Amino acid sequence: MENNSHQLEYRKYVLGFAAILIVVLYVLRLFVLQLTSDDYKTRADSNAFLKRIQFPARGAISDRNGQLLVYNQPAYDILVTMREQIGVDTLDLCETLGIDTAWYNRRMVEIKDRNRNPGYSPHTQQLFMSQLSTEEFSRFQEKMFRFPGFYFQKRTIRQYTTGHAAHILGDVGEVSPKDIEDDSYYRAGDYIGKLGVERSYERQLRGIKGTEILLRDVHGRVKGSYMEGAYDQRPIPGKNLTLSIDLDLQALGERLMQGKLGSIVAIEPKTGEILCLVSSPSYDPREMVGRQRGKKHQELSQDPMKPLLNRAIMGLYPPGSTFKTSQALTFLEEGIISPQTAYACSHGFHFKGLKVGCHGHASPLPLVPAIATSCNGYFCWGLYHMFSNRTKYATVQEAMTRWKDHMVAMGFGYQLGVDLPGEKRGMIPNADFYDKAYRGSWNGLTVISISIGQGEVNLTPLQIANLGATIANRGWFITPHIVKEIQDEPLDTLYTRRRYTRVASTHYETIVAGMAKAVEGGTCRQAKNTNYVVCGKTGTAQNRGHDHSVFMGFAPRENPQIAIAVYVENGGWGATFGVPFGALMMEQYLTGHLSEESERKAQSLIDRTINYGDAAR
Amino acid sequence: MQQDSTRKKSIIGSIDWLTILLYLILLAMGWMSICGASYDYGSSVSLLDLSTRSGMQVVWIGTAVLLGAIILLLDDRMFDTFAYIIYAALMVLLLVTPFLARDIKGSHSWIKIGSFSLQSAEFAKFATSLAIAKFMSSYGFQLQGSLKNFAICFLIIALPMGLIVMQRETGSALVYTSFFLMLYREGMPGSILFAGVSAVIYFVVGIRFAEDMVIGDTTSLGVFAVETLIMVFVIGMIVVYCSPSALTSNRPSGEARNAGQAYRSTLLITTLLCLGGMMIAALVSKYIYPFDVTMVQGALLGIAIVYLVYTAIASHIIRYFYIALFAIGSLGFFFSAHTILYKVLEPHQQKRVLVLLGLQDDPKGTGYNVIQAQIAIGSGGLEGKGFLNGTQTKLKYVPEQATDFIFCTVGEEQGFIGSTAVLVLFLIMLLRIIHVAERQPYAFGRVYGYCVFSILLFHLLINVGMVLGLMPVIGIPLPFFSYGGSSLWGFTLLLFIFLRIDAGRNRLQH
Repeated sequence: MENNSHQLEYRKYVLGFAAILIVVLYVLRLFVLQLTSDDYKTRADSNAFLKRIQFPARGAISDRNGQLLVYNQPAYDILVTMREQIGVDTLDLCETLGIDTAWYNRRMVEIKDRNRNPGYSPHTQQLFMSQLSTEEFSRFQEKMFRFPGFYFQKRTIRQYTTGHAAHILGDVGEVSPKDIEDDSYYRAGDYIGKLGVERSYERQLRGIKGTEILLRDVHGRVKGSYMEGAYDQRPIPGKNLTLSIDLDLQALGERLMQGKLGSIVAIEPKTGEILCLVSSPSYDPREMVGRQRGKKHQELSQDPMKPLLNRAIMGLYPPGSTFKTSQALTFLEEGIISPQTAYACSHGFHFKGLKVGCHGHASPLPLVPAIATSCNGYFCWGLYHMFSNRTKYATVQEAMTRWKDHMVAMGFGYQLGVDLPGEKRGMIPNADFYDKAYRGSWNGLTVISISIGQGEVNLTPLQIANLGATIANRGWFITPHIVKEIQDEPLDTLYTRRRYTRVASTHYETIVAGMAKAVEGGTCRQAKNTNYVVCGKTGTAQNRGHDHSVFMGFAPRENPQIAIAVYVENGGWGATFGVPFGALMMEQYLTGHLSEESERKAQSLIDRTINYGDAAR
Repeated sequence: MQQDSTRKKSIIGSIDWLTILLYLILLAMGWMSICGASYDYGSSVSLLDLSTRSGMQVVWIGTAVLLGAIILLLDDRMFDTFAYIIYAALMVLLLVTPFLARDIKGSHSWIKIGSFSLQSAEFAKFATSLAIAKFMSSYGFQLQGSLKNFAICFLIIALPMGLIVMQRETGSALVYTSFFLMLYREGMPGSILFAGVSAVIYFVVGIRFAEDMVIGDTTSLGVFAVETLIMVFVIGMIVVYCSPSALTSNRPSGEARNAGQAYRSTLLITTLLCLGGMMIAALVSKYIYPFDVTMVQGALLGIAIVYLVYTAIASHIIRYFYIALFAIGSLGFFFSAHTILYKVLEPHQQKRVLVLLGLQDDPKGTGYNVIQAQIAIGSGGLEGKGFLNGTQTKLKYVPEQATDFIFCTVGEEQGFIGSTAVLVLFLIMLLRIIHVAERQPYAFGRVYGYCVFSILLFHLLINVGMVLGLMPVIGIPLPFFSYGGSSLWGFTLLLFIFLRIDAGRNRLQH
């Protein structure tokens, strides 16, 4: 037996070798699993980590006097965990939330549909209803204990303190697929500024999203934060904006423009800050909040009066006679005229069979009274003399180019660069344009109407107001802007840098004198105020329908505080609406209120309706 | 008195402290893993709190070490003397267990004593080892050539197996097949072990991959793999048993030349026929005309068998005939098992068999649990995520993470370094047990030692293999690691009885 056992002793090596083989095999397997690929690590992480986004508070917006305009209000989303909500009294729930059972049933089906809701799991919270107001939510919260499986999450929605300045403030809405494609910051369901400063200052207002890394168990239940939040990122709140808008001025502008189409823009000349930017018709931004936004937006976009169009920066209008100031400046700078140059006007400009009409006034007139009476003839002659001056300009094209350069330097023909989305550039024709239009055969007479702000010339109300600011500053302007201050961040240098025109400031004094005279005893007599000297220029822009009523001016004459443009579509003579509106706005801004008499006047103007019918717009 | 104290001293000096050290290291690492597996995120409960598994495991470890110490204090002759009585008592306990036990997940193996539950099957291992060691060390015992002795050994092993199957603990019952390793050491012909291992491999590989189609979606991977294995085994057996060097010992030189010629031609023809034919068939099926390659393989094996029988007759070397017999047996076993499972049994019975054997582990989807276990281990990387920092195990992605799948926590939290260290510690312990078993002066100690070796090796093979996705999912614990008092006490008894027997090896030689 011992002998036998001895013979078999070699078998201990077989068994020992078997044990070694198994362990070596398993170590090799461990090597393959643990060291050759990151795949398992990625899969473990995607199993366990739930990255929850934490939304920062969006920046608040206030006016130049610190009056709060836009803030965040808590809103509540109702969430549901399907696995836990079994046995809830549906009728009671629907009644509490103010929904009907049909809506409830439809919503439940939608949530469970993995095609429409790819992240669905019966163990995790799903969005049931979004953006409940505090009142709606408080009713639910009282009864929440009766609805197991229903939860809420706090979000914020934009709230507006007033119904004014809708076009400036804009609004927020869900990101579009294109927004997500353009900026990797956004995920589906995020909010983004859609219009106004909400859009142009999106980057500052939105802040930076935070992430919270949570651990999720096999059933999708959250089991707490990973490494006690060591890798979490706190959300950084958005920056607050202070607008340059004066809310009272904006409110008055909107009141005056009720029932009328057009725009009022006021600028503080020495800073370029926009004091008001009225576009009429407007809408109440408070109605564009929360769940009703979609419906309301749809309604507004189908309105034939286009309330969503910000006419102050998107409306293209002939500037009419307000443009004559820029012509006078050009002629003076080019040496075509001097302040003493007088042109004859016999009810208009008559030359080689061409006639541009004018109203009755003394003739011939030098420049200052010509501006004050808004003589068409004077500026037609000026342009004609400039464009046919072959000693200064070799060709009419060269004269045209020089003219265009002056216009562009004054801020016309291109976007000024206001900090609002959608600004239009307007239209300043150049030599090429006319060469194409008239096949090279044209002269000063052909294009004579541009000298009185008609014809091919188009400006936005903002550009007209900026012309006023440039004259008030005697030759320079700062790009108009609507945001006065960004919290903890300097303004773009575009909004602090002076932009000079190509005209000497002495020439501007002449124009200022003309505009003062227009108020003193010319077309703008209504704008006269005993407290300060107003400078103004009317415009009556010819149109296919009724003329547009335009006013451009500034006050006081020395150390101007406000420059303004008023544009009332189909409002008739400049003096009908433009001048009194401008006067009222200046009074409001400079004195802080309207006098009783002014208030009566304002009311009577508000009561005067303009019949727009189906006038072409 | 004097004599008694020197005896004690010699026993303490004779204890195999290396094994005890390995045992304690494994216990400590096991406890750390259980902390990782049962720790709940965000919970402030202490790891030692008795309401947690990590806290309870401290109790189990403490009592197990105490149990081990008591064993070492007992007289070693006691185990020999009471071996059959202990075995009989445990068999009775196994028998009554299903009647006393409540149904826990379909298993009837837990006896409730107060607030504790004990699993009787865990204690039957050392009892069976004692009984079989006693029987095989009886005077004049001979395993080779005695069918009666072999049958009694088989019965001693089969009795607890059968009783445990009645408790619906198939995994624990399968552990008893490991006694064949010990029997092999004690003289059971290697061919039986080889046949047994082959049968298991055929069955597991064949069934597990039966549904996976390869080579133009016409061939079952399982069948293809098994038939290829049979071919490889046949060729391997020709090399091992029929080469001239294996035959020369008892043959005259003339016949040796003849044998060498038969060997060369048989090897060449069989290899070319089987492997070459199979490759051509596979290529044709894949690129020209898709058909079931296993049919061709079957035909090739048939030709090979006929050729082997012919060689046996022509060369008068009977070994070729045995090899042919092995091939026929292999094919017969595999196809009858395959046919019974897939053609005779109803689908629900089929499923029950597959689940029972761990070949289909979860009703949710194929291999979800095994995939999650591999993700857990794979995500550990080289150094692991650190103590208590595993996410897969803690967030319950891995099933049974504190018991059968405990090795996942080692892999995830301790990484490649930690898990390799655990495997190497087990290997050292196993090799040490072989060494200690071989130094026993009497068969009782040696047989018992190989029982310990076989049981531990089987647990390691199945448990770690299952977690690594290499073995079917059979729910048996990882020794010294898995949570639970029964298995820890069971393994402690098994190991320390062996150490106590070993410690007494020098006494009787004086």
